[in-house]
Amino acid sequence: MAGRKRKWLAPAVTAAGILAAWEAAVRIYQIPLYVLPAPSAVLSSLGTEFPVLIRHAGVTVAEALAGMGLALFLAVLLGIIMDAFPGVKSGIYPVLVVTQTVPMIVLAPILIIYLGFGIAPKILTVVLMCFFPVAVSFTDAMGQMDEEYVHLVRSFGAGKWQAYRLVKIPAAVPALVSGLKVSATYSISGAVVGEWIGAQSGLGYYLLRVKNGYMLDKVFACVLMIVGLSLCMNGLIRLIQMAALPYMEKKH
Amino acid sequence: MKLEVSGLSFSYSDREVIKDLNFQIKEGEFVSILGASGCGKSTILKLLTGVRKPSSGKILVDGEEIKGMTGHFAYMPQNDLLFPWKNILDNVCLYGRIHGGLDQAREEAMKNMEAFGLGGYEKSYPSSLSGGMRQRAAFLRTALCQSDILLLDEPFGALDVITRGEMQDWLLSMRETMNRTVLLVTHDMDEAIYLSDRILILSGCSGITCELSPENPEGGRSREWLYSQGKLRQRIHREIMGRRLDENHL
Ligand SMILES: Nc1ncnc2c1ncn2[C@@H]1O[C@H](COP(=O)(O)OP(=O)(O)O)[C@@H](O)[C@H]1O
Ligand SMILES: [Mg+2]
Repeated sequence: MAGRKRKWLAPAVTAAGILAAWEAAVRIYQIPLYVLPAPSAVLSSLGTEFPVLIRHAGVTVAEALAGMGLALFLAVLLGIIMDAFPGVKSGIYPVLVVTQTVPMIVLAPILIIYLGFGIAPKILTVVLMCFFPVAVSFTDAMGQMDEEYVHLVRSFGAGKWQAYRLVKIPAAVPALVSGLKVSATYSISGAVVGEWIGAQSGLGYYLLRVKNGYMLDKVFACVLMIVGLSLCMNGLIRLIQMAALPYMEKKH
Repeated sequence: MKLEVSGLSFSYSDREVIKDLNFQIKEGEFVSILGASGCGKSTILKLLTGVRKPSSGKILVDGEEIKGMTGHFAYMPQNDLLFPWKNILDNVCLYGRIHGGLDQAREEAMKNMEAFGLGGYEKSYPSSLSGGMRQRAAFLRTALCQSDILLLDEPFGALDVITRGEMQDWLLSMRETMNRTVLLVTHDMDEAIYLSDRILILSGCSGITCELSPENPEGGRSREWLYSQGKLRQRIHREIMGRRLDENHL
């Protein structure tokens, strides 16, 4: 318990120090709101704007969850196909890595041209951001697993696909969950980028609107909301892991 | 003959590991293959289960030639290979799960838990068990296979000396009640003497160079009996070391 406290103490003190200096600087030099809002101003607009923020957050979270779900499904499907057919893997895997270097901010407007201003391009942005870490960690884990496990179930009479269900997929699930934790943290940002380019609702849309009105306190409040939601998504995966994979707990 | 192996050969890429291997096992017999590490013991078991394909030779079960994975063998690998994501009960019921008899397998497993020293640990995960218990669980998983022949690959090789001794005592006591055909491979001479009806000494590519049958003393085998087997031990030692010396002089 003492160790846990100390782990939290240092970053908390650092953050408090920065916030205090920030607040003091804004007050002493009388920096105007449209240049830099004081933390207190950000907090108070977070309070007043909360109902609006929550409404937009609902849209963003829905897009993020849909995108994550789709990314998970595609990653598992492609992972199994790549593992079962090494030829497919050597064809697809390098291409997959290269596509990751294309900046999302370039892709998002193109997606809107193809898919319109609805929810689809936002979900696709999330998929594109979340797919990679999940697919890579899942595929690598299956590739690196001890093949003796497969020999064992095969010698017990399991077929090729049964071996996937019995050992290959379960053995790769911990890595899959690690990939999901990374993706979950990205997912909200992914949806926000999609909304930023063109939308009628969502945190990205809200962010663009208040930025154009120079309401920087609201911009910062929205950023806080995005940070909080990203952490919540990460926490959600952790909760699912604790509930569904109890054996992972005892190991560490 | 329950199991016959004739002229079996196998190479990893271009290195020949097994060459012209021949042996036979009778129904209900407990046979050990004894050999140094790296001489190809695990490979033989992989050829029998069909995980690897021999480059030549035949494997016959009950007089009929078999090829590939036939399910005639219940294999216990060198490492326990219990699934960390399943509890002990589900781990030992693997055969039932694969062949669609899970409920029956559970029932059968619960009857055996106590005898295998696993009573009360049905719902535990493998990571919370001791090495000896994990090995017993792996053995129970193999024993619950409805296959005719058990193949055990150095089942106690990874355990400390004391636990290994306990496990050997335990396996000896199980032998009588189990009454199944067993092929055990090991590098441990005492283990082979203590447990087997017949010992086959494997010397790499020279195949099986010697066959020995330890006696069955009045009142059954015991550690005391094992310690008095100096002559047998000496012969085995000469056989293995002699070959090694010959090979080194070539
Ligand atoms: N997958 C493999 N690829 C290449 N060589 C192997 C492989 N597995 C085992 N060998 C080699 O084959 C020989 C026999 O191995 P193994 O059957 O595991 O021996 P043992 O079980 O008697 O210790 C060893 O020299 C080992 O290095
Ligand atoms: Mg071996």
